[in-house]
Amino acid sequence: MSMPMYVPPEQLIKDRAEFAKKGIARGRPIVVLEYRDGVLLLGENPSGSLQKIGEIYDKVAFAGVGRFNEFESLRVAGIRYADLKGYSYGRLDVTAKGLANAYAQTLGQVFTHEVKPYEIELIVAEIGDEADDTHIYRVQFDGTLRDVEQFGAIGGDEEPLHATLEAGFADDMDLADALRLACGAIESIGEEEVPSSGWEAAVLDRANGRRKFRRVDSDTIATARQ
Amino acid sequence: MAPRWDTGAGSELEIAEATTILAVKYRDGVAMAGDRRATAGNVIAHRRVQKVFAADGFSAVAISGTAGMAIELIKLFQTELEHYEKIEGTRLSLEGKANYLARMVRNHLPLAFQGLAVVPLFCGYDEPAAEGRLYTFDVVGGRYEEQDYAATGSGGAEAKSFIKTVHDLEMDEAAALRVAIEALIAAAEEDAATGGPDLKRGIYPNVVTVTAAGFSEVAEERIAELASEALDGRP
Repeated sequence: MSMPMYVPPEQLIKDRAEFAKKGIARGRPIVVLEYRDGVLLLGENPSGSLQKIGEIYDKVAFAGVGRFNEFESLRVAGIRYADLKGYSYGRLDVTAKGLANAYAQTLGQVFTHEVKPYEIELIVAEIGDEADDTHIYRVQFDGTLRDVEQFGAIGGDEEPLHATLEAGFADDMDLADALRLACGAIESIGEEEVPSSGWEAAVLDRANGRRKFRRVDSDTIATARQ
Repeated sequence: MAPRWDTGAGSELEIAEATTILAVKYRDGVAMAGDRRATAGNVIAHRRVQKVFAADGFSAVAISGTAGMAIELIKLFQTELEHYEKIEGTRLSLEGKANYLARMVRNHLPLAFQGLAVVPLFCGYDEPAAEGRLYTFDVVGGRYEEQDYAATGSGGAEAKSFIKTVHDLEMDEAAALRVAIEALIAAAEEDAATGGPDLKRGIYPNVVTVTAAGFSEVAEERIAELASEALDGRP
């Protein structure tokens, strides 16, 4: 009987992390930023139906990059988690923190125990009645959970994106300003201009009723960028 | 009739029941209304019960029967519709929603046999067909589409016979709201379990509309105005 080759755990983790990072970098990034009325999530997405950004609950939104089937299954699981929690307890008891933690647990588990780690990264965003109640979390492929302050990016080319966002970010931007900044940042790392129908964007807007999530259509983006 | 069962100790349990709900189709869609009273036997259990709810952005549902059960059923129905919408990225078709509600009512049948019946009324705006539609149900989960108006609950028959005399599919929203409120007043006059508008306490029916623009709750001030006009105009 042949013995399996010994692989030191450091090497194993490193290989898995590299594999996941490579997969994620192949996709297109998503940026998230706070603006006056809430939070904007935006990414380049030529498909109008296979969406990367979604509504989870009243004040909670989701965005994923990487392999579609992997983050889609987590999006669905997140909606299930939120709806069940809100139904059993109360609508206010569904929080981004709880959801982000659940995602982190799942991704951490998959990273160490499954044959292949998930090649995805997630954002969970939440707004409240006041600007101070905004929480944005970023969950990485290995289950690392981070707080995002004001703006951030997931997916490939995160550092140049971050730099562009940092240079252009201002408190109290309106939606048009936020859209311009986000689109500009993503275009700055690509080769060509993205048509207005090539974006996928959504906001959590404090002005909306109970369900704060709203998709931003291509006309709004085109008007903002004129 | 109030649901009762023998608890074995010789006492009887009285459970709150929601009474009159109705819906009328009009030019732009459907208006739905419900009184605010819940009764337990001969006792007024609650004066400010809400019986008309948004099912989702383009439909409304009202309840009659055992109040506690019905409110829970609606909460689950709302959750299911929103859940579907978020997961699939599109709303269920109006017929799909009505079928789903019918199944929920059917699953409730064993409890209905124990006297805890729930009978909803469902209406919504059918976006592809560009018209309002209205559905009634029975305790076994039968789903029936109505063409013009519907009412259920203890005062339902009275409300229907009032609506019958004045209903017109081409009426505008103001007229539809007036018909809905007057029908509830007519029901309250004949049925002790139905509560009419209570101007002194400030208790008014819940009235909502569902049109191409979606679900909309009629503001209480407007209902108050219409209700006091209707009461003044009565013989």
